Parts: sequence; C-alpha cells; structure tokens
Amino acid sequence: MKTLKVAIAGNPNSGKTTLFNALAGTNHQVANYAGVTVEKKSGSISYKGTSIHITDLPGTYSLSPFSVEEKVARDFIVEDKPDLIIQVIDASNLERNLYLTVQLLELNVPMVLALNMVDVAKSRDTVIDAQSLSKKLRLPVITTVARKEEGKEKLLDAVINYDFSKKQISIEEFSYGEDMDRTLFEMTNKIDPNNLLVKKLGAKFIALRYIEEDELVLSLGKKLIAVHDQLIESASNVKAHILETTNTELECIIADYRYGIVSSLIKGIVKSKVLSIDRVFVSDRIDKVLTQKFIGPVVLLSILYISYQFTFWASEYPIAWLESLFGLVSSLAQTYLPDGHLKSLVVSGIIDGVGGVLGFTPLILFMFFMIAILEDTGYMARVAYMLDRVFRFFGLQGNSVIPYVVSGGIAGGCAVPGVMATRTIKGHKERLITMLTAPFMVCGAKLPVLSLLIAAFFPGKKAMLLLVFTIVGWLSALILAKVFGDTIIKGKASSFLMELPPYRFPTLKGLTLHAWQKTWMYVKKAGTIILAISIILWALMTFPGLPESEKAKYGTSELQAQAALKYSIAGRVGTSLESVTKYAGFDWRTNIALLSGIAAKELVVSALGTAYSLGEVDAEDAAPLSQKLASDPSWNIGVALALILFTLFYSPCFVTLVMIAKESGSWKYGAFTLIAYTVLAFVISAITYSSYNALVIQKISLDILALRFSLGVAGLYLLKRFYSNVMMATKGTAGCSCSQSSCEESC
Amino acid sequence: MEIKLRKTIKDRKYKISRVVAKGELGRRIRDMGIVPGAEIKIVGEAPLLDPVMVKYKDTVLTLRNNEADSILVNARGV
Repeated sequence: MKTLKVAIAGNPNSGKTTLFNALAGTNHQVANYAGVTVEKKSGSISYKGTSIHITDLPGTYSLSPFSVEEKVARDFIVEDKPDLIIQVIDASNLERNLYLTVQLLELNVPMVLALNMVDVAKSRDTVIDAQSLSKKLRLPVITTVARKEEGKEKLLDAVINYDFSKKQISIEEFSYGEDMDRTLFEMTNKIDPNNLLVKKLGAKFIALRYIEEDELVLSLGKKLIAVHDQLIESASNVKAHILETTNTELECIIADYRYGIVSSLIKGIVKSKVLSIDRVFVSDRIDKVLTQKFIGPVVLLSILYISYQFTFWASEYPIAWLESLFGLVSSLAQTYLPDGHLKSLVVSGIIDGVGGVLGFTPLILFMFFMIAILEDTGYMARVAYMLDRVFRFFGLQGNSVIPYVVSGGIAGGCAVPGVMATRTIKGHKERLITMLTAPFMVCGAKLPVLSLLIAAFFPGKKAMLLLVFTIVGWLSALILAKVFGDTIIKGKASSFLMELPPYRFPTLKGLTLHAWQKTWMYVKKAGTIILAISIILWALMTFPGLPESEKAKYGTSELQAQAALKYSIAGRVGTSLESVTKYAGFDWRTNIALLSGIAAKELVVSALGTAYSLGEVDAEDAAPLSQKLASDPSWNIGVALALILFTLFYSPCFVTLVMIAKESGSWKYGAFTLIAYTVLAFVISAITYSSYNALVIQKISLDILALRFSLGVAGLYLLKRFYSNVMMATKGTAGCSCSQSSCEESC
Repeated sequence: MEIKLRKTIKDRKYKISRVVAKGELGRRIRDMGIVPGAEIKIVGEAPLLDPVMVKYKDTVLTLRNNEADSILVNARGV
C-alpha cells in the first residue's frame, strides 16, 4: 500500500484543527513535540488504498522562527520532511494567510491549499477564484468548509493523486528586490548543488535563510556546507548595504517583498464588493457590546460564573456514580479478599487512591468542555483583551484568569485542570508564573479541611470564612506572581499582540473531541502517578506493623489503628517533625494528616480521623471529628487558623506537582512548589499561631506585639547589613559560609 | 504629518506610514500584515483603556498601548 506523510500547516484560527479532526476523525493521538509543551496531534487514515499519516502542525503566521510554535513547525518541515503539506487558508483573510504560503513555497515542499471557510467569505461578499489561484501557483487549491466537513473527499483526492513530477511555483521565481536578488544569485552559485543539505532544502532557500540568520539552517550549514564562512560574509555585506542605502532593516525589506509576492498572486483573484475594513460584520457588532467598557466586565464575570456553576452542576451526578462504583469495588474486595496486607493494600492503597483521582474525571471533562466553548467561540481572546491590564500589573496576561478560576478562584475548582488550562496563555514567562501560583486557590479538596476546622472552631461562620479564604487565595496568588516575575523567573514579558477571531458557533464534535483529549491526558498521567504514590503512602502508613505484644494493650480496634499509625514510618516521621511543627501548633497527628495531604488534600481529613482513633471518617461528613477537635485541649482557634493557612499554602498535591513538571517541561518547578511552598506555609502558620498565643493566651497587648515585631524586622535588617559587611571584608580571604542568624558567633 | 496610531480618532481609517518596532515585536507586527501602506483603524479599547483593538484588512487584533505606539500613521486619515 502506498504511504504518504502529510502535515497540516496554517494560521491560527484558520480552521486548521477542525480540518484535522474532519480528516483524521477520532482516530488520532495527542502528544507533545519533543522537549516543548506544544501539542502534537497525529493520526493515520487509509483512503482509497493509500495510507495517509497526518500531523497537525502548530498554528503560525510565519516560519521565521521566533516563537516556540514557529520553531516546531519549521523544524518539522525541514527535518521530518513530510511528502506533502496541506495549508489551510482562511478564505476571508486571504492576503495574510498567503504570506505563510510564500514562506512554505520557499521551502520547496509539495503543497495542496485548502481554501477554508469559503462560506464565511461568501457571506462577506468576497468571491475567490480558486481555479486561477491554482493555475498561478501550479498546485491544487481545494475549497472547503471544515466545520461542515465539506470538500473533505476532494481534498483527500488531491492529496493521493498529487503529481510529484509537476513543478509548483518555487523560490526560484520569487524576487526580493534587485540588491537581494543579486546577492542571493552569487551565494547560490557558491553552494555545491550536490551537497545533501542543498538537495534537501534548495540552494536559494539556504542563501535566503543565511541572510535572515535562521539558527537551524546556520548550524546545519556550519557542519555540512564547505563555503559556510563565505556565505556568512555575503549575508552580512548585503545587510550592511541595505541598511546604508535604504535606512531600513533587512527584515522589513524581505517582509515587504513577500507581501509583494502575495499581492501579485491575488491580483484579479479576489472579487470583493466593499473593502473589509469598511464593513461592520456581525462579529464587530457583538464586540461593540461584549467588550464595551461597562457591560463587558459584567458579562465576563457572569459568563465565568455560569460556566463554573454549570460544570459543578453537570458533574455532580457522574461523580456520585463513580464514587459508588468505587465503593462497590471496594466492598467486593473487603468481602472476598483474605484479611491481611494484600487486602489492606487493595482497599486503602489502590482503590481509595486511584478512585479518589479518577472520581474527579467528570468534573475535568465538563470543565474542559466549558473552556472549549469559550475558546472555540472566540470569546476567550476577548477575556484576555479585557483583563490584560489588570493581570499585567502582576506580571501575568489576561488569559491567566481561566487557570485561576478553574483552580479554585471560585472555591471548589481543581488545580490539575487549572495547570493544564495555562496552555491558552501565549507568553512563556506568564504561563509559567500562572502555573506556579494557581495552586494557591481554594480547590475542591481543600474545602473539606476548611469546613471541618470552621465547623469546630468558628461555628456558623462558614460562608463568610470561605469567602475570606477564597480572597486570601486570590491575593496570595497574585502577589506571589508579582514576586516570582520580579525575582526568580527571568525573561522578558512577551508581546501581547493577538488576533481576535470572528465569533463562531462551535461544533459539538469539535468541543467533545477537545474536552475528551484533555480528560484522557489527565486520566493517563494522574492515573499512573497516583497509583504509585498511593501504594507508597499506604506502605508508609502501614509498616512496620504494631508488634503482637503491643496490640493486646489496646482494647478497641480504633485505638489499635491509632497506635499502629503512630508506630508506622509515617507516624515516626510525624513524631520527629513535632520538634519543628510545634511552633505552628501541630502535633504528630496533624503532621501525618498533612503528609498524606500531599498525595491528595482531601486525605487530610481521613488521616486525622484515624489519628484521633475514630476509624473511618467521611471527608464530606466529619461532624464527629469536628466535635472531637473542638473539645481536645491541644486544639484552639490559633491552631485551627494555622492549619487552615498551612493547608492553603503548602505543597500542591502530587497530581498537580506532576502536571506542573510536565507542563513547565522541568521537574525543578515541581520540586520548587513542593519545598518552597511548604516552607512558606510553615512560616505563615508559625506567625499566625504564635501571634494568637501572644495576643489571646498570654494577653500581650497589640502595641507591644507590634513593637516586638518591628524590633524583629529591624534586627533582621541589621543582621543582613552586618552579614554583607562581613562578606565584603572577607572577600578574597577565607570565605565565611555561615547563615545569617548564627553569623555573630561563628565568625 | 505622522502621528501615533493611538492619537487617531476611533473608527476612522488611516494609512500606515511606518512601523518603528524592532526585533521580535516588529516581526510579529509585520507577520500579521501591519505594513506601511496598509489601512488601519482603532475600533475599541479595553475597560482600563489598555490594550486597544484595531481593525485592518480582514483582521481584528489587539495590542497593548506601548505596542500600538510603534505604529505610525498619516495624520490626514483616508
């Protein structure tokens, strides 16, 4: 069977992904391009006896490799060399789309153009003569409406019947102005035509990219082309010459000529009654209302709120069904497995752990469904537009609002889809910061912990306090975003320049596919990782088991479970941590609960239940535990507040950690959130707990406390100055590697 | 006379005379088809008066005020 390797290229918003879905159907995989978090969709179909492997390239406006997407697209075309490229062209936006076509033609890859959204163009009274365009370019041009799957067969026919012997229009016929053309000609003559790289890319293309300083071509050329240095010299000569004679950067000249090529291509091909810029389209009218200064923000907040409510309403029942399904499996295991470690591993380790994560699946599915609606209609771009000024103040972009809201910006979200949703943020730096700060929001798993403690120590104030903590979540995320952007996360703020695509009706197929792919990614990643973590955690809380001689001492099984927990590795770690955590008011029980909370935050409640010898405690209904805590002498409002704040700030759960590592492309960010956030949380809780102790228990008045606090700050400042002075003085001599606080004694 | 795009009257067309941005921003603006000679107009601004929304040819796009300031137009309008 004949096999063809086909790549789909095109501008963002040209309907590229819709066309890919129409061609490949559900039969495709989603992965990332190697080393970057740009989604790579590919699928194989067989059509009339030909097997076609299709790859969806990221949407780009050009191939000059500045952004990650452009790099990925260019690398794929140059290095993987597909047999054929289908470029999707938005027919209602022909000129800008053909700018990319020119760059693809420069690369000399066989092409088929899919003139997409001809229905939109027609409704805008723009008629494009596809046949003449095809004649001019000497390649097939097929009109399509991807969302209605129109023109799909014709396009595939054009692909399998592509005549590779026919020469399409090529870079040899393009002119870049007299000076450039002369230089390109000279450079081309120097290059050995039998060189492998030259055979692959074409001499004129290589010469052009030398002038444009394309890193990939330069590095390949350095290795493979004998006249590399001469080419570099010619390139820099022509650049200097052009800057001198025209006072314009060479880049601008090349862009000008590319647009010139486009203009000559579309001359006589587009028939339009009125210039588009003068027409007011439906989409423009919608924008006049939806992005209006006063109505816009109100509509925005309402839409976010409604999508959020819908997600929770719609996923409530499926989540309950999944929960009872896992409950059923669990009780079957309880009944049929023999007592002992295996049973305990299966029930408490595997089923509870994996079930807890998979139980979230419906929520994630609906959340991504709503995000897909916002994206596919084009509203998401407007959200970014309206909120950009606010978020920019904190070093973020307008799009950051979606990950924040999903993570729990309205209490009850989940940071896992939140981190995944950062893909809608264009700037690399902004995306990373959003990803790192989103876990501060009050996610659904933190809610049971908050509810438990509020019920025990602040009865009747649940609604008010939840609101307060939600606001605390937002403030801390935004403030830390600003801090990160100014300190640890380097890099220039990215440009915001962004197309606002016309409003469109999404298709159900597109939405479902989109949501399903994201959900499946979650299940795959979360499922495997959480299985491993659950087993490890179970082992930590089970081994070493209580010796038989000890067991006899405890009457009830609840008391025995409590003692066994204290005896286990987790219990010992919890106990030994007491020497530190006592400053925040946490004893070994709380420590164990917080340790298991790293696996999943809702486990904090059930672990506290076991540690307080209450046996199984349901996270949703923890009334007995809450009474127990309220009456326990080692607990007070100070401890409760410290624990609430600790839960809000400390390490995100493991699934989120894994997602952060995967989405940022580096485990170091996962490790950073684990360690730095836990330290931060501890400092905040320790301050809270000791202030409460000082103010309420020891009744030290506020002004004395404030005085002490400012003395402390002043002391720290003096220490820092002293430290830097010492460092200055010891420069060049034996260094003093002491920490700030112990500096005086050891130096 | 040349003026900054943001100094123009909303919903009125102007001819681009120069794009002064360098480096990546300059290239991005060119890639989107904002080149000298093209017609452009401001069609809206965000609630906090930044970014702005512009329309040219068949495209609507948004840029931050400081980015838009690198686009210079002919003050007479079209």
